[in-house]
Amino acid sequence: MERMINHLQVADIIFLVSFIVVLTITTPIFGTYITKVFTARTLLGEGLIYRFFGIDPEREMDWRTYTFHLILFNIVGLLVMFFILLLQGFLPLNPQGFKGFPWDLALNTAVSFTTNTNWQAYSGENTASYLSQMLGLTVQNFLSAATGITVAIALIRGLSRSETPYIGNFWVDITRTTLYILLPISFIGAIFLMSQGVVQNFDPYLKISLVDPALNGKEQIIPMGPVASQEAIKLLGTNGGGFFGANSAHPFENPTPLSNFFECLLMLLIPTALTYTFGKLTNRPRLGWLIFGVMMFLFITALFSEYYFMMKSHPGFSKMGIVGPYVEGQETRFGVAGSSLFVTVSCSGEVGAVNGMLDSYLPVGGMIPFLLMASGVTFGGVGAGLYGMVAYMIIAAFIAGLMVGRVPEFLRKKLTPRDMWASVVATITSTFLILILSSIAFRSRIGVSSILNHGPHGITEVLYAYTSAANNNGSAFAGLSANNLFYNLTTAFAMFAGRFVVIIAILYLAGSFAKKKIVPASSHNLCEDSFIFGIWLIFVILMINVLGLFPALSMGPILEHLLIYAAR
Amino acid sequence: MKSVVRTISIYVFLFVITGLLYPFVITNIGRIFFKEKVKGSIIYRDGRPVASKLIAQPFVSPYLFWGRPSTNNYNPLSSGGSNLGPTNPELYRVVKERIKNLRRSGFDGPVPSYLVFASGSGLDPHLPPYAVYSQVERVSRYTGIPKDLLYRLIEKHTEKRFLGFIGEERVNILELNLELLGLMDKYRKSSSSGM
Repeated sequence: MERMINHLQVADIIFLVSFIVVLTITTPIFGTYITKVFTARTLLGEGLIYRFFGIDPEREMDWRTYTFHLILFNIVGLLVMFFILLLQGFLPLNPQGFKGFPWDLALNTAVSFTTNTNWQAYSGENTASYLSQMLGLTVQNFLSAATGITVAIALIRGLSRSETPYIGNFWVDITRTTLYILLPISFIGAIFLMSQGVVQNFDPYLKISLVDPALNGKEQIIPMGPVASQEAIKLLGTNGGGFFGANSAHPFENPTPLSNFFECLLMLLIPTALTYTFGKLTNRPRLGWLIFGVMMFLFITALFSEYYFMMKSHPGFSKMGIVGPYVEGQETRFGVAGSSLFVTVSCSGEVGAVNGMLDSYLPVGGMIPFLLMASGVTFGGVGAGLYGMVAYMIIAAFIAGLMVGRVPEFLRKKLTPRDMWASVVATITSTFLILILSSIAFRSRIGVSSILNHGPHGITEVLYAYTSAANNNGSAFAGLSANNLFYNLTTAFAMFAGRFVVIIAILYLAGSFAKKKIVPASSHNLCEDSFIFGIWLIFVILMINVLGLFPALSMGPILEHLLIYAAR
Repeated sequence: MKSVVRTISIYVFLFVITGLLYPFVITNIGRIFFKEKVKGSIIYRDGRPVASKLIAQPFVSPYLFWGRPSTNNYNPLSSGGSNLGPTNPELYRVVKERIKNLRRSGFDGPVPSYLVFASGSGLDPHLPPYAVYSQVERVSRYTGIPKDLLYRLIEKHTEKRFLGFIGEERVNILELNLELLGLMDKYRKSSSSGM
């Protein structure tokens, strides 16, 4: 037995390292592809679309116009989805005859999928019709992801231009992102997932009678649905909202170890590629790789710590004569390494998909995802990770400038007080939301009575919920009964503010940087692509996140860890 | 105003492509190339569906192999795990009860963790091989099938890690039991005719 477990670990390490290698290889490949999509004059078939809608693709927008259309686009999507969910009982493609969502749940879900969060206070298999899954959830999976990428591209344009108010054409950006980046990759992804056993049909649920004769032919009802098409974009667009309640732990969403590996890859495909695109489009390839390096450093650290802490045995249960890893809430086929990888990837990429139930994981196994989620820039959500990282870089550059007593600059442009406001808003809005809303929850009766696991673990459940919402992640410590008026409305608020306040701040930065003059080159310029700056950047990220949340974490997972491992 | 209409019409256009066209095209591709898989990998016996290969079923008979515990009683209409935290007394209680249940069936020696900790989906159809081998004693006693044969059967149903390092070695309990049930019929007949 001992030797067998040793052998497992070697295979696990190979598994984790191979993921990192594959991810590093795909970065320049897809990075180049995305660069081409945004630098091409016209793409195949694109002209037809613009002519039909009377859009002049050459005419660019300033940051206010761009923001206006982006927000409008998202509000329309939010409303359409809200009404689809509310009225699904009267709409077609509902073989199970589900009733409409209650209004607060419909609002929460619509905000959730529009903000790329995909927090789910319901279970798809007993609540959502096929039509809702397709026209509501799948559509917003595409469009919220496209929105994130669009903002990142607008910001890159702002950084690389000078003395112009324009940052791009929103209609062109959103069309190109959806149809030329997300759609083709999802298409291939969905086909691959079907080959692994992910279901894709419009059949009614299937009734079978159980195999064990002792159960006297009791029935099991097997849910169906157009899962593969939604699954691919759920991961590619760092959305994370499952078709079924169990999300990617469900055998119909994630049937094999290979599909698990593939899903992990899909989640980080675009966030990694965008760092390369950043380097290309700003004409600073080294800087692109520096961002990749910083993100990868945080990711690798988190991944191996996560694996290490998940492999630890639980002394309380070992005492009972149990051997093997502590696997409450994990699926057999993925193994502990497959579960560690998935949760690290999912929380790094702010996806929020899970292939196991985090609430049951060992305390540190739940805390590392928490920290990744709070920082939001360990690759981060599609687009959101990159623009969040730029905000951190601006803050790092600002502090660095002050320390040497010079006018702070970033990418050879002078920083103004307003730029700093915008960067700070972009980086700490979520921390504010988490701490304020959690305090309200802890003081209200409904906030506390919804907790499943009491003691320090209960604190983690609530903190995790708001961290997940405010950072547009969407994963949950699912023990918390979040489907009630209080949590539906407060998390909806956190998701909305966490998304759009940050986006407005970033688009302001895009506009502001586009207008700036370039400072003439001199030996005093800040070298953003130097190794030293990379290390400094890591410090700034950790400082802002860990310091802000450490007091809260020490009451939750850290205390629980000590209870398990230090108690006599 | 005109620009507002443009934003809304672009939305509608993308809505139709991603919400209708894309899922329907994928469904049709699936129907052609992955006929069984996209319908849920259903196993048929005598023309009737008896199980999905991917979805666990409860097994309680002492002559069958038992699978991963499930919090939702293997009900696919509410997939999910226990969400009990690692220090929750309720988790300790449930696990102790499962151990007791195993001991009552004559199980001795260390208990494989996979037999007492519930899966994340509640529908996990697999167990690692050692957790299956640990049940051979009981199954052999109740079915009269020699242990050797059962070992070979488990080996036959063991799926290796993909490429040797991706995922976990595992046995599909559902498929194993289906074959075991068939074998039992045969075995009972031959042993009774021998008497």
